[in-house]
Amino acid sequence: MTTVYEAVIGLEVHVQLDTHSKIFCACSTKFGSEPNANTCPVCLGLPGSLPVLNGQALHLAVKVGIALNCEISKRLKFDRKNYFYPDLPKAYQISQFDQPVNGAGWLLIETRSEDGSWKEKKIGIHRAHLEEDAGKLLHEGIEGASLVDFNRAGVPLLEIVSDPDLSSPEEAYAYLTSLKAILQYLEVSDCNMEEGSLRCDANVSIRKRGDKNLGTKTEIKNLNSFKNVQRAIQYEIERQTELVEGGGRVIQETRLWNDVKAQTFVMRSKEQAHDYRYFPEPDLVPLTIESAAIEAIRKELPELPAAKAARFRKDYGLGDYDASVLVQEKALAAYFEQAIKAHANAKMISNWMQSELLALLNSKKLAIQSSPVSAQALAGLVALIESGTISGKIAKDVLPVMFETGQTAQEVVREKGWVQVTDESLIETIADKIIADNSQSVQDYRAGKKQALGFLVGQMMKASQGKVNPKLANEVLARKIGV
Amino acid sequence: MKPYELTLRESRDFAAAEGFDALRSSLLERIETLNPKLNALVRFKREDWTGSPRLASPAGGELAGVPIAIKDNICVKGLETACASKILKGHVPPYDAAVIEKLKGAGAVVFGQCNMDEFAFGSSCETSAFGPVRNPWDLERVPGGSSGGSAAAVAAGLVPAALGSDTGGSIRQPAAFCGVVGLKPTYGRVSRYGLIAFGSSFDQIGPITKNVEDAALLMKFLAGHDARDSTSAPEEVPDYTKSLRRDVKGLRIGLPEEYFGAGLDPEVEKSVREAADVYRRLGAEIKTIKLPHTPYAVAVYYIVAVAEASSNLGRFDGVRFGSRIAADSLKEMYEKTREEGFGAEAKRRILLGTFVLSAGYYDAYYRQGQKVRTLIRQDFQKAWESVDVLLSPTAPTPAFKIGEKLSDPLAMYLSDIMTIPANLAGVPALSLPCGFTRSGLPLGLQLMGRPFDEETLIRAAYTLEQEIGITGRKPPL
Repeated sequence: MTTVYEAVIGLEVHVQLDTHSKIFCACSTKFGSEPNANTCPVCLGLPGSLPVLNGQALHLAVKVGIALNCEISKRLKFDRKNYFYPDLPKAYQISQFDQPVNGAGWLLIETRSEDGSWKEKKIGIHRAHLEEDAGKLLHEGIEGASLVDFNRAGVPLLEIVSDPDLSSPEEAYAYLTSLKAILQYLEVSDCNMEEGSLRCDANVSIRKRGDKNLGTKTEIKNLNSFKNVQRAIQYEIERQTELVEGGGRVIQETRLWNDVKAQTFVMRSKEQAHDYRYFPEPDLVPLTIESAAIEAIRKELPELPAAKAARFRKDYGLGDYDASVLVQEKALAAYFEQAIKAHANAKMISNWMQSELLALLNSKKLAIQSSPVSAQALAGLVALIESGTISGKIAKDVLPVMFETGQTAQEVVREKGWVQVTDESLIETIADKIIADNSQSVQDYRAGKKQALGFLVGQMMKASQGKVNPKLANEVLARKIGV
Repeated sequence: MKPYELTLRESRDFAAAEGFDALRSSLLERIETLNPKLNALVRFKREDWTGSPRLASPAGGELAGVPIAIKDNICVKGLETACASKILKGHVPPYDAAVIEKLKGAGAVVFGQCNMDEFAFGSSCETSAFGPVRNPWDLERVPGGSSGGSAAAVAAGLVPAALGSDTGGSIRQPAAFCGVVGLKPTYGRVSRYGLIAFGSSFDQIGPITKNVEDAALLMKFLAGHDARDSTSAPEEVPDYTKSLRRDVKGLRIGLPEEYFGAGLDPEVEKSVREAADVYRRLGAEIKTIKLPHTPYAVAVYYIVAVAEASSNLGRFDGVRFGSRIAADSLKEMYEKTREEGFGAEAKRRILLGTFVLSAGYYDAYYRQGQKVRTLIRQDFQKAWESVDVLLSPTAPTPAFKIGEKLSDPLAMYLSDIMTIPANLAGVPALSLPCGFTRSGLPLGLQLMGRPFDEETLIRAAYTLEQEIGITGRKPPL
């Protein structure tokens, strides 16, 4: 993108709320059941059936609203969104049109500035409303026919619509990461994009930098991962920029992201857009949400990621980046706090978690909750390093063994005989041998080439299979060949 | 007296004494003789109603052994329920409507399904896919609609009682045309769960019976809160049979002057005014009052009700139930299925409803309609400050001829002018036979009451019924 243009991006996120039963009937919301096992006259839209609101869905929606700093509507009203599609059993979706349960709010994201520093940006939430999910079309199985699975029909959804406050694909990614973290902290959804419990559409337009008016936007659908959201937006910004720079203009349309081709393609134009003929759902009477009920829900809220990150920075002296990585997942933050309770070196624990532990977990596709190395065990490892019992280098070998066997660091070190050599007479013996074998380096050092000492220390480490305490090795060598 | 001539209460007593089979065979004989002429019951085959499993033996209970016919838009588990429409042909609900559960629970027996205007769209039963129903009093005339099959079946003695549904007068107008009692309860009084929706914010199920006592008896079981219908009210259900007493002393009865204007048949007006005189003689206070927004009622109804209907009928798309016309593409399948499956009146209402909800028209029609609906509701609220009950004709004319209004939708719509306001306001209303024309057609009057005060309607209706003694007169069949 040239610097002449800037992107304006808004995201619509559909998140399935984690209730036991569907939003308007008692059917299970369990994912992965036999097709149409979780259905009844209501979610199949059989003639004569009527919806009844699941209070838990409303409860979770309000919880999200509070966490996103939204204005919570005092009056709950539903509307019908009318359109024909085989996965929509009633030919209307019960949704909320002009009075969403959650009105305007905001959420903080962290973005990297051009100088590499991290800064916060407030992204407006336009609204977040409740609605029911549709079923799923299956196109395989029978030649020339499609099948419909209504297990998903009626699963509660919260559609969270951002303001067009995002200005880069990276910010869009950061917004999604931040939103997902909040939703997971609230335990309102498992936010699994593969299973469809979190879906995202992106609205993208460009305009001349500094322009107040919005350009014509396109809506991008079929985005199945945060990475693809970022890629699709990037592609779309480039496509629109090229188009405009080539003298063309952007057409308002819905486009589909093709992951394989890494491009967006037209799905339908504005002219083909539906007139949904919204009107108030007469089968559900408007409800009043009492302020006391909202306050009670507010009290249920856990410490949210942004607040936790601030506390980690303040109480544990962590940097912005470290704090924000650790709070991304509630379980990760909990692991961190458990570990520092066992051994209070926050910086080292944070480093060991982020560099070594997460890599091991990723390689085995394990979540932090199922880490074979407990928080206490990791703290034990850090304690051994700090006490000088093992070197950091040795520790890097110890952790994978702990990960493999579930042993503590002490057990591994004892079993393998990896205890760091701190016996000075032994170190002196090794040093004498290294000095004798590397007279050139010794001379270099004496001639003023300070880095030659590093080489000699390295040789000592090698000779001792890394067990010599590097600090002591350094001291002993310097003294022996000292100037 | 033959068993088929009995009222619902008498049928119950007869079944208790003589057994259900004796009652059933009398009814079956009557149905076989008359239904081919009247076309009041649909899909009627004797064998369906003689053996199990369709017809389980009646259980014990207060309605034990009482046969009740059900309008074809109320779901009965295991019985095809098709709203008299081709598009729902073959649709067998896997569940019972709330009212069916309740009736079965009280021991009643579902006995026959009643013809109706397709999807309850009509005032004459001429829009049925099963062909028109005929009025037992004059086979050349309509029985009214949309619950015309229910009213004709009860009037002709095919069944002692039936259920109807009322969106804009569909219980009361046919009750008036057929000389039987029809009660539309307060919106929210009876669960709509299992009633195939027409206008969701108007629809109510209610009884069509030979007399007021039977209506009270049935209401006791139909009414009550149902957690499956969010619009059903938590109000307590009284024992309506306790209201079956002659007592209107001090009752304030209002005659809304807008209901006695131009277009009112003189014979209708005369019989209603005579009824008012009877009430006055019995100690009621009769006064004329105003419901000033009445002239807008029909227009508002044909905006709001058809808007809801257009959305409610979207699900009849050939995908999951009812009929489907196969086609090469999805869109074509939708179009062909709905083109073939819906009758002319259903299409008209779907088009009207779709139009009034469309972008650019919503504010002018639907939103404006809702505002006027509020004004009409307020008319009634104001009326209750000075009266307890409103008395009016049920319909402006007696039963009209088959074909007379079918080609003139507006004239047809106007035949519900007296009944629509109660649906707009959600108040209970009852139609009671109050006389006959010189040519022998039945006439009905309408009593409207405060929300959830069906008791006063029943008491007022019972008093007049006992006083003028015309219910029980049989059509010349």
